[in-house]
Amino acid sequence: MRNERDFPSADGAGAGQGVGARLPRKEDDRLMRGRGQFVADIRLAGMQDVAFVRSPLAHARIRAIEVPERYRASVFTAADLAGVRPIRAVSGLPGFKISEQPVLATGKVRQVGELVAMCVAPTRAEAEDIAATVTLDLEELPAVHDMRKAREPGSALVHEEWGDNVFLETNFEVDISRAFDAPIKVSREISTARQCMSPLEGRGVVATFDHRLDQLTLYSAAQMPHITRSGLSECLGMEQGRIRVVSPDVGGGFGHKGILLPEEVCLSWLTMRRGHPVRWTEDRREHLTASSNCREHHYRITVYADRDGRLRGIDCEATVDSGAYSSYPFSACLEAAQVASILPGPYLMPAYRCRTFSVATNKCPILPYRGVARTGVCFALELILDLVAAEAGLEPGEVRLRNLVRPEQMPFDNITKKHFDSGDYPEAMRRALASIDIGGVRARQRKGEIDGRRIGVGVSIYCEQAAHGTSVYSGWGIPMVPGHEQASARLTPDGGLELRVGVHSHGQGMETTLAQVAHEMLGVDVAKVRLILGDTAMTPYSTGTWGSRSMVMAGGAVATACRELGERARHIGAKLLQHDPAVVVLQDGAVRGFNGSVTLKEIAHTWYRRPQDLPTGVDPGGLEVTSGYKPQRDSGTFSYAAHAAVVAVDPDLGEVEILDYVIVEDGGVLVNPMVVDGQIYGGLAQGIGTALYEEMPFDAAGQPLATTLADYLLPGPTEVPAPRLDHMETPSPYTQFGVKGIGEGGAIAPPAAIANAVNDALRPLGVELMQSPITPYRVVEAILARSDAERPVA
Amino acid sequence: MKPAPFGYERPRDLQAALAVLAEADASVKIIAGGQSLGPMLNLRLVEPELLIDIAGLAELKQVERQGDELVLGACVTHADIEDGRIPDVTRGAMQGVAGNIAYRAVRNRGTIGGSLSHADPAADWVSALSALGAKLTLRSLAGSRIVAMEDFIVGALESALRAGEIVKTVHVPAMPASAHWGYVKSCRKTGEFAHAIGAVMIDPSAATARIVIGAIDSAPIVMTDAAELFGGRVAGDYKDRFDSRVAEAILARAGVSDAAHRHIHVNVLKRAVREAAA
Repeated sequence: MRNERDFPSADGAGAGQGVGARLPRKEDDRLMRGRGQFVADIRLAGMQDVAFVRSPLAHARIRAIEVPERYRASVFTAADLAGVRPIRAVSGLPGFKISEQPVLATGKVRQVGELVAMCVAPTRAEAEDIAATVTLDLEELPAVHDMRKAREPGSALVHEEWGDNVFLETNFEVDISRAFDAPIKVSREISTARQCMSPLEGRGVVATFDHRLDQLTLYSAAQMPHITRSGLSECLGMEQGRIRVVSPDVGGGFGHKGILLPEEVCLSWLTMRRGHPVRWTEDRREHLTASSNCREHHYRITVYADRDGRLRGIDCEATVDSGAYSSYPFSACLEAAQVASILPGPYLMPAYRCRTFSVATNKCPILPYRGVARTGVCFALELILDLVAAEAGLEPGEVRLRNLVRPEQMPFDNITKKHFDSGDYPEAMRRALASIDIGGVRARQRKGEIDGRRIGVGVSIYCEQAAHGTSVYSGWGIPMVPGHEQASARLTPDGGLELRVGVHSHGQGMETTLAQVAHEMLGVDVAKVRLILGDTAMTPYSTGTWGSRSMVMAGGAVATACRELGERARHIGAKLLQHDPAVVVLQDGAVRGFNGSVTLKEIAHTWYRRPQDLPTGVDPGGLEVTSGYKPQRDSGTFSYAAHAAVVAVDPDLGEVEILDYVIVEDGGVLVNPMVVDGQIYGGLAQGIGTALYEEMPFDAAGQPLATTLADYLLPGPTEVPAPRLDHMETPSPYTQFGVKGIGEGGAIAPPAAIANAVNDALRPLGVELMQSPITPYRVVEAILARSDAERPVA
Repeated sequence: MKPAPFGYERPRDLQAALAVLAEADASVKIIAGGQSLGPMLNLRLVEPELLIDIAGLAELKQVERQGDELVLGACVTHADIEDGRIPDVTRGAMQGVAGNIAYRAVRNRGTIGGSLSHADPAADWVSALSALGAKLTLRSLAGSRIVAMEDFIVGALESALRAGEIVKTVHVPAMPASAHWGYVKSCRKTGEFAHAIGAVMIDPSAATARIVIGAIDSAPIVMTDAAELFGGRVAGDYKDRFDSRVAEAILARAGVSDAAHRHIHVNVLKRAVREAAA
């Protein structure tokens, strides 16, 4: 009843609920009232808690693990886990070296926080007490803590059998030597800090075994339950049918929850060993220090350009700190190997070279985080384009306009053969420049500020490839290659609609937006559409939610299944209307003929309760359809946005304040523009975190130095301005409804736009910052270094 | 992140609390608001055998004016001060400081005495009360003693509290009508601990200045006679006479070796001086 009151009714026109409607999110009713059901809310009879003994050292040989006699039955180490295989996330890319991640450390520990022993007790506090009694006898080894030194000969080795520390090296080149005589040549080293993803909810696992079904059930805060099941099956040596993975409400994923955890394997084993349910809830310290690192990129980049700012070529060497292990299923080379193919982005250039290195270090594995590789790439490229602008004496926006792919070139294959489906990139940039009032900002800069702060303006633009499928990922040879996406649609006997999809929703609002897709196809009131997701037993197989793919893929699958369902309903409806099926249409939730209509509810009632009224030859599949979908091309949709920021930099204190922020976004056809706005706001907050706050530093011993949220700073409400959003809408020619994936874009462009604005503010002082985050300390340090350099020698 | 096991006492009055404290032959921590101690317990950074909870002691929540000073019980919360529920003798200075301590949830529970006992150099009261010239009454079963703020904070997380002693009251002198107050801090984000604090109380007509540089790695630098920062004398033109180089040298002498850190501290202090003069 609640939903029927809160949502525009489908009665009458049925308008206002389909593709394009700004509907409030159905799931918010429970989430905003604190009635969500997360892993940590699950209570099972007899459930006990697990705490892990984790490595205090980044790199050490394990001499002994000593467990007090009285706790022998409650503590488990690798020696107990007979038959459990290590996590292996391989890649078929040539030269990729495989790491084996034991679920409990064996022989060596390779990162602080690595699991060494598992302690189980009635409560977490008691389990932690037991963990505190376990002593580790470790022989410390030199820690590999700097990805660039890790490549030098003589470095300590994370995996001795490799002979070096490089997971993968790649090289891509097109005619780079033709750029060398360009009149403008700018080179810099640019880097982004290691970060933690920090969703509101960390990871969590409850494992239990059902003897009736002979099935392990794992509840986990997971984005990709079907992939988690595959990974568990490989590690535990169990048939996939004996494993059910349930992902209930999830409080933010961002990539972190797409990873198979050693904890998931451990608890699965433990519940079968102990015969009772077990739970592990990640605490914030575990989250920060042991599992969710991302983003650490280093670029040595040179841009060649003509005097008029037109690009002649880009030459880059990119290194990504991949951490100790290759994470399942994406692998340790996801970031670095992508850098080479996505660095040129939406820019035209005749020459290009990029070498990449995925380097193993004694740190947490690098995991894919919203924007995967693109945030770093955008930061590097957009920062150095501002330097090209400075050399050419042009406005930074003008350099973009001269080099961006033009709308008449669409569809367009760029220099790395990325296939851009549609869009008008220069128009997005022009609108952003107009909206931020670039002329007004320049005038204000000339006047100066009464408070001594310096004003700067910065822009950035990116493309976000989304929902890329088989043709892209088959070449990677990783444990997960997406194919067709399926959805099930079922009319209930009372005319409601149940949708089952294998993707998951962890903040994206898919319970609403996929219902809107179904409404668009069938006219069923959104309030009567139920989404069932996050359960391998209840949903079609899917690689899950990642790569901004869900609306393109699951949205397409829901539309396809609903279309087929609608066809079956139409045939039944025609019989009830005593019409030829050729002359009736399905419209607004009813089958309509010349002189009457019959609702889907009546049709459902007929199928389930009065089959005697069905036409002869009716489709025996009934009112339940599972169907699949792939876009016409699976090379991905390309959404994009131009961001523009105005900042005030305080040269005395180093503080940066964002005064204005503009985003001009084109995500194709938007199913629910309000949900898209929400995605952009959230992404912007994370982008501001990357730009100004978030950093996970390590010392030379490989110790993570930000172990609480007092040290690891996340932007809060007072740090995130209200951006001004402008939507463009260029449909994708390849997808259902012309939709594009938009989930990650908000987090890609802000670090570059903000850093460019800071550098614009400080350029008259001869100061530039080429490293994120831009902290007050780094700003002051750079200013002081500059004034030292300029101080005349006495 | 669950604390190690500990004993817990919630005495009925201050005398009983002091008795438990005196008799304990175990490691003891006093807990009031628990806003610093709580996380430290959960992180197992401290593992006391006994917690004595004084949050319920009415004697420690009293506030009264005694002559020229305001006497605040140690368990007065930051929010009590922020909301003006207690009298003020600082012409709004304490209210202003209280309202910017961490987040409201912390201010609701965190206490002035707890913050001082914790002795975090980045805590607001440590610097602000030093500049205001506050004193503390420390109480044990053996009796009580009065210690000036600048003598109370000994180092980072180190106070002059002896075994068996707790902070009972905070004595804040009335701020003269002729005094100027400035309090500026620099934080990475709203509500986070400051990485630089400048607290100043300057009385040009009395030619006095109490100047505090806080949020350094040790006890704050408290200058009770800060004439050297103003070219040798404190007068009406002190804002223009503030000498950054002297402040810089003081910080260097105090062991702040990083030039960028010194630069930020000096500029925060300069702003506090400017705020006082405004």
